[in-house]
Amino acid sequence: MDALFSQLFAGLSLGSVLLLAALGLALTFGQMGVINMAHGEFMMAGAYTAFVLQAFIPDAGISLLVALPVGFVVGGLLGLLLEVTLISRMYRRPLDTLLVTFGVALVLQQLARDVFGAPNVDVRAPAWLSGAVPFLGMNLPKTRLFILGLAIACVVVLALVLKLTPLGRRIRATVQNRDLAETSGVSTRATDRLTFFVGSGVAGVAGVALTLLGSIGPTLGTNYIVDAFLVVVVGGIGQLKGAVIAAFSLGIVQAAFEYSTTASLAKVLLFVVIVAFLQVRPQGLVSVRTRSLA
Amino acid sequence: MTTHPLPSRTSRKRALALSAAALAAALTLSACGGARTAAGTDGGTASASGGASCVDTSGDTVKIGFLNSLSGTMAISEQTVRDSLDLAAEEINAAGGVLGKQLEIVAEDGASEPTVFAEKADKLISSDCVAAVFGGWTSSSRKAMLPVFESKNSLLFYPVQYEGLEASKNIFYTGATTNQQIIPGMDYLKEQGKKKVFLVGSDYVFPRTANKIINAYAEANGIEIVGEEYAPLGHTDFATIVNKLKASGADAVFNTLNGDSNVAFFKEYKNVGLTVDATPVVSVSIAEEEVGGIGVDNIVGQLTAWNYYQTVESPENTTFVAAFKAKYGDDRPTSDPMEAAYTSLYLWKGMVEKAESFAVADIQEAADGVSFDAPEGTVTVNGDNHHIAKTAYIGEIGPDGLIYSVWESDGPIEPDPFLEGYDWAEGLS
Repeated sequence: MDALFSQLFAGLSLGSVLLLAALGLALTFGQMGVINMAHGEFMMAGAYTAFVLQAFIPDAGISLLVALPVGFVVGGLLGLLLEVTLISRMYRRPLDTLLVTFGVALVLQQLARDVFGAPNVDVRAPAWLSGAVPFLGMNLPKTRLFILGLAIACVVVLALVLKLTPLGRRIRATVQNRDLAETSGVSTRATDRLTFFVGSGVAGVAGVALTLLGSIGPTLGTNYIVDAFLVVVVGGIGQLKGAVIAAFSLGIVQAAFEYSTTASLAKVLLFVVIVAFLQVRPQGLVSVRTRSLA
Repeated sequence: MTTHPLPSRTSRKRALALSAAALAAALTLSACGGARTAAGTDGGTASASGGASCVDTSGDTVKIGFLNSLSGTMAISEQTVRDSLDLAAEEINAAGGVLGKQLEIVAEDGASEPTVFAEKADKLISSDCVAAVFGGWTSSSRKAMLPVFESKNSLLFYPVQYEGLEASKNIFYTGATTNQQIIPGMDYLKEQGKKKVFLVGSDYVFPRTANKIINAYAEANGIEIVGEEYAPLGHTDFATIVNKLKASGADAVFNTLNGDSNVAFFKEYKNVGLTVDATPVVSVSIAEEEVGGIGVDNIVGQLTAWNYYQTVESPENTTFVAAFKAKYGDDRPTSDPMEAAYTSLYLWKGMVEKAESFAVADIQEAADGVSFDAPEGTVTVNGDNHHIAKTAYIGEIGPDGLIYSVWESDGPIEPDPFLEGYDWAEGLS
């Protein structure tokens, strides 16, 4: 019984990491159709932001809390720069965005290697996140609870922004029918930029959170990019709801497979399940309804 | 203002399918990368064909080759080995060279690809005419180079601890073989009264071979292996594996994880409340330069098994560490593979001087018993299996990130790559 709950929590926790990694992608890939292979490197930028801030702010707790908004801005600005300089030129050619952003990803990795050195670096976890919370006979690591909370907070904020704010309305209008939105006076160009800023910013936040779990190195992003795309594809393109359900389902399924088999086999089984699922529902868990005529 | 209509739904779908295919291809490639090993022949059975060597010793210099990954995923580690090889060459040249000849270094980049290692080794031997090659790190790179060195009848000096079960008369292994690192690690746990050991490793050849040996050792020594888990290289979510570890009731862990995975593993280990006192972890792939990246806080007090630490107390080591820091900076630690590489160049020098010749056959004949007062302690070449006798150390990671010896073997341990001296190891090789 203990093991069951522990694994359920491991699955939820893995799901929250997947969700953080995929959330920004759900915006830029899901809503805008841009295949941004550099998304993982925006996460890396967020992680290194946390590392740099720690050098200036000695208290690990405060530096983590400062790193979250700063990581958002750093990731966001990188995304904005990418959108303005490159992606804006190829909205008509989605496949080219894959190649271009893959190139950008490699450049960013090398840049990180040159600036921070090839070996991995460590971000100290704050004292209030060390140890575990006893709960129903289990020990829930505080870092994992924090990441779970952070993921939920990000989803809620993002959902509220999309639902309630003028920016959110413009984003949804642009996604549903770009031409009509444009005719109605929505600046789709400005909307694109803002969407990219927000999506990439969330990647930066995810990067900060990842410093609590593992190492920070130039290839941090590549570890997560495939999983993030999987979550978005399984969830259904352009749907926040889908991404949330998919992230937690994949997390729990993987944790269950991993417990009953091995880590390597679990990954394979997960892919088998996903392939089978996409045969049945190629549009993903939640499909988008658009007013677009095409 | 311009508008950028998004592509129609069908083309989005196509884009999606294509990108999914691209991702799948990338995954497959990376999966194969781990398993890609060129077929190599074990044992020194290849004939010494390949014709007359083109090594030119008529002038004031003699060429030797350095072959390490300076790019790709292994560059982080192998660059440190190259640095210490450069230091050794500089020292030897400053002291008058080998048999009065200055060393001329031909350096190549193996690019973390076994096939590139094989190609570059061939180039170093055949067109640069080097007298010997120093380098390699991964077992797959060594296995790829082995047939080249055997068919061209040249010499490779390989500086990294490895999984054993190999010997070639064209390779000198100056890192530890299993009975100089893994078995002492287990001996130490046994001495500490540990009865239930959990094995965790990366999913590739070294950990799987090492764990096969540990399983046989455990059976013969009354230790129970309560779990054996492998994570794919680069795996960073250890919640499940650490859950299993905790549930297994293990009183010690033997860790053969590589690279980044260690960080995630040790953070998770600490987070779920496991402690060094109750469940110590012995690691065989964490050396001084990795400790900083893992975070000293996460790993302080944990154990490692190696043949050298920067803190080893000997006049030779004091000189080595000082020379290394003077050349590369005070913040650069020294580690076991670096020391083994440094030592390998001096061992080659010793063999050449004993043979009074740069010829491969003469060196092979003179090799047995050549010894060197290395920073790790005195090492001696075993002429039968071309490994070297080394002292084993178990070290504890200190709060300053350096590793301090808590146990050492009674003098150098004779190398036994095929574990012939251990009854329980029968049938492993």
